[in-house]
Amino acid sequence: MNSHSAASEFWSGARDTIPVIVGAIPFGIIFGALAMNAGLSVVATMGLSLIVFAGSSQFVAAGLVAQGAGIVVIIFTTFIVNLRHALYSASLGPYLSGKSQRWLMPLAFWLTDETYAVVVQRYARDDGSANKHWYHLGSSVAMYSNWQLCTVIGIVAGTQLKGMADWGLEFAMVVTFIGIVVPLLRSLPLVLCAVVAGGVSVFLRDWPNQSGLLVGSVVGIGIAMLLDNGSAKGSVKEPAKGAPS
Amino acid sequence: MSYWQEALLILGMMAVTFGVRYPVLALSGRVRLPTWLVRALGYVPVAVLSAIAVPIMLAPQGSIALTMANEYLVAGIVAIVFVAFTRHLLWTIVLGMAVFLALRFLM
Repeated sequence: MNSHSAASEFWSGARDTIPVIVGAIPFGIIFGALAMNAGLSVVATMGLSLIVFAGSSQFVAAGLVAQGAGIVVIIFTTFIVNLRHALYSASLGPYLSGKSQRWLMPLAFWLTDETYAVVVQRYARDDGSANKHWYHLGSSVAMYSNWQLCTVIGIVAGTQLKGMADWGLEFAMVVTFIGIVVPLLRSLPLVLCAVVAGGVSVFLRDWPNQSGLLVGSVVGIGIAMLLDNGSAKGSVKEPAKGAPS
Repeated sequence: MSYWQEALLILGMMAVTFGVRYPVLALSGRVRLPTWLVRALGYVPVAVLSAIAVPIMLAPQGSIALTMANEYLVAGIVAIVFVAFTRHLLWTIVLGMAVFLALRFLM
């Protein structure tokens, strides 16, 4: 019995992902309910989970639809929100060099904060296994399946409970973002980044299609970079762990 | 939104998301991201999430409302203080929603 066989790597990848899956369950359910209340159809809500599969940007998209944002603004915001995945890709790419497109394309599609956090540790463990990509696949499939299931539960909850729109579900998004952002504010540039991005965005809140939030984000990032350029050491932190993908 | 608009939205979101995840994964080992870009990417989550959340807290109806009657603001501040001390995401969401709903329906 080879403990590094494809099958055993696949199952350990899925098993090791269970703790972060538990953390993602409420987000999947809230996303489903939020999207339904934002006015998206069942097909569109499910479609976002099935073919976009990027939790925090799905959240953001649902919130922006509810606020009447334009399609272009939502897509561009999705791009910005998901840019951090480029960091994960850059980190995992070297471990996958030489793999065929049959592997690269699905693993890229399934890349999330959670799977990254789990598999990067497996790749770093030097035990001679030639099947670590199977571990990566197991983690990805587990994460994906759970996200679909949670979305379905959220859709059902969102359609069954009448008047859920009055509950202010967009506050669920706000409080989720607070919970993700506040613990990240561990340096002056990061604090200023949040304050400036939020402040500019409030100031420009009447711009069409919520475009002010993009300007706010860029200005916040710019101010933070100017500041940390002045300090001796770079203070860039890892993106949120345990945050929705 | 019409079905066409929804389809366009989903396809667009898929394209930009896969467009971020795939090329760097396929090319890395051969291409390195410039340092300034890596630095900027580190600030993206904080900037974008703040830019979305702060206007909803301060001006939920469109005009700025810095009053105790603004349940978004009050419950948001409670959540900020709570998570700053506990750093517990799930309990922060539960507490924030409880305060928000209590203010909305009981006050």
